[in-house]
Amino acid sequence: MTSLHSSRQATPRSASPRWRQAMPVNPRSLALLVALLALILFNVAITPNFLEWQTLSVNVSQVSTIAIVAIGMTLVIATGGIDLSVGAVMALAGALAPLIFLSEFGQQAPLAMTLVAIVVALAVAVACGLFNGVLVSRFGVQPIIATLVLFISGRGLAQVLTNGNLQTFDNPAFEFLGAGRLLGLPFQGWLVVVIALVVAWVIARTRYGRYLLATGGNPQAARMAGVPVTRVKLAAYTSCALLAGLAGLITVAINSASDAAKNGNLMELDAIAAAVVGGALLKGGKAPIAGVILGAAIIQLVRYTLLANGVADEVALVVKAAIIVLAVYLQTPRGAH
Amino acid sequence: MTTVSWRQRLADNGQATGVCVILLALVCLGLIRYDNFGSAYNLSSFLNYNAMFVLISLGMCLVIITGGIDLSVGTVAALSSVTAAYVSPYGLVPALLAGLATGLAAGLVNAVMITRLHIPPFIATLASLLAAKGTALIISGNQTVPVDWASGFTRLGMESIGGLLPWSFAITLVVGAGLWWLLEQRPIGRTMLAVGDNEEAAHLMGLPARKAKTLAYLISGGCAGLAGVFLASGFGAGQPLEGLGWELTAIAAVVVGGTLLTGGKGSLVATLIGALMLGLIFNLLNFENGLGTFNLSAYWQMVIRGAFLFVVIAIQVQITRTRNTG
Repeated sequence: MTSLHSSRQATPRSASPRWRQAMPVNPRSLALLVALLALILFNVAITPNFLEWQTLSVNVSQVSTIAIVAIGMTLVIATGGIDLSVGAVMALAGALAPLIFLSEFGQQAPLAMTLVAIVVALAVAVACGLFNGVLVSRFGVQPIIATLVLFISGRGLAQVLTNGNLQTFDNPAFEFLGAGRLLGLPFQGWLVVVIALVVAWVIARTRYGRYLLATGGNPQAARMAGVPVTRVKLAAYTSCALLAGLAGLITVAINSASDAAKNGNLMELDAIAAAVVGGALLKGGKAPIAGVILGAAIIQLVRYTLLANGVADEVALVVKAAIIVLAVYLQTPRGAH
Repeated sequence: MTTVSWRQRLADNGQATGVCVILLALVCLGLIRYDNFGSAYNLSSFLNYNAMFVLISLGMCLVIITGGIDLSVGTVAALSSVTAAYVSPYGLVPALLAGLATGLAAGLVNAVMITRLHIPPFIATLASLLAAKGTALIISGNQTVPVDWASGFTRLGMESIGGLLPWSFAITLVVGAGLWWLLEQRPIGRTMLAVGDNEEAAHLMGLPARKAKTLAYLISGGCAGLAGVFLASGFGAGQPLEGLGWELTAIAAVVVGGTLLTGGKGSLVATLIGALMLGLIFNLLNFENGLGTFNLSAYWQMVIRGAFLFVVIAIQVQITRTRNTG
């Protein structure tokens, strides 16, 4: 526990351990960075038209939703939990927003109602997170089971709301979330950078960050040391759902259409994979945000590399599986019985 | 092996008894409210469709008892349905064995990753979920694989004994009885329970912990393989795109049956009943829609399933609390 309290006095020359954990200076993140660079070099040599703005744009756009959800997932995994409901929450938020700004009421004041739609969708996502968080932290339900409830019923609810229909729309203000550009790159890419920096800062520099890692490292010790474990977990699940809701809105904005059956489908697997490849431990106590972003980027780039070179998507699935196993194998301590 | 009185067993299996009562209540409701609910056709098609889910739930239950989890069962079943469909021209038995072997192979891969490479079960089986899905799509060329109808392969998934008990469900019951015997009566089954309770202690006591875990994943894979055979046989095609989310249905069935994810405890009988009950909710909703008083879309069924799981969790929380305070 001592390291939890001594970090503020850390000398500027040697960064605190928690900064190391969150920022790309530890060997693991370095290894991921090398892997990513190797992938990029490989693509420069092999893949046609790789060094084009368009390629970067497409990849950034696609990796953004995975990265956003993976950041939230990392917070939950840091507490020793897991959130299976992120994909369903994406579908729910993504179904709600168009429902609101496409309604008769929404057509009367398009801009204001678009804002309302985004706020309501995110609020519902937060409610989902509270539901998961209360079940896990207050009632001690196992995270897989607790989040299974919304995994099963959340997407169903989204489909009930939309009658299972595809909602298409033409709303430039909303579409900016997924199709807008800043300095030539997709808006959501910048969003990822901002979110990652904020979360990494929270983990490394705030009391909540210390509490989060302590809770995952050893919940009982944390509780005895006065960490409000219940609230810490609640906040983690709520943040995760909020980020998932945001990712759901972005996906809908990218497509200018909301399909409750497809939005965020299997996202929980991608997010968990990115987190684990990035160095998160399922037993908790670690939240390497930079690593997780790199993990998401590697998973996306591997998929792109295979697709751009004519390898079928199905093979990419198998390769993804191999990457996950390899990444976890490399971080498993040897000599366990 | 001490003898335990039935009364004591009943008290120990509070949730199993509760689940049984709810199942019976649902059946009674169905019989009273809907005309054809009790028909031989409904019974046999219900059992036939749910045989797959009961099978993977039983396998899942064993894995969970050892303190693990198997997320790969759904896509492994899909992969097995494809291999079984490809082998179906050679006859019923070869196709069945091909599907079973596929499932066992997947189970072996899981077991090696978990017991030899020490990869956490959640991650290892997540990877094999993806790999099995990818493999199923690759070998099927992304399309359903029609089975050979002439070889009699479809009899397994489409015919029943006396028009009542489908072959698929009869086989499932036999498998279930075998697993029950293994778990309750054989040393290796007791080791599974011990491993789930405290792996370190089991290992130190000299119990074959690794062997028990390997066997659990092999069985889960084998059950998924067999479920895949029923899938191909019952629907007349190998279905590479099926199986997503099955693992969670299976976990839900295990949980509804009162088995805790922490391992060391669990009931195959309650899991069987839990799986049937989840299926029955769908069946009842279909009949309710048929009455026409109100119409719930298919999407509502997922919402209700989730809500049902929530109720079960709430009851479990309540029971645990009363026990702890009382």
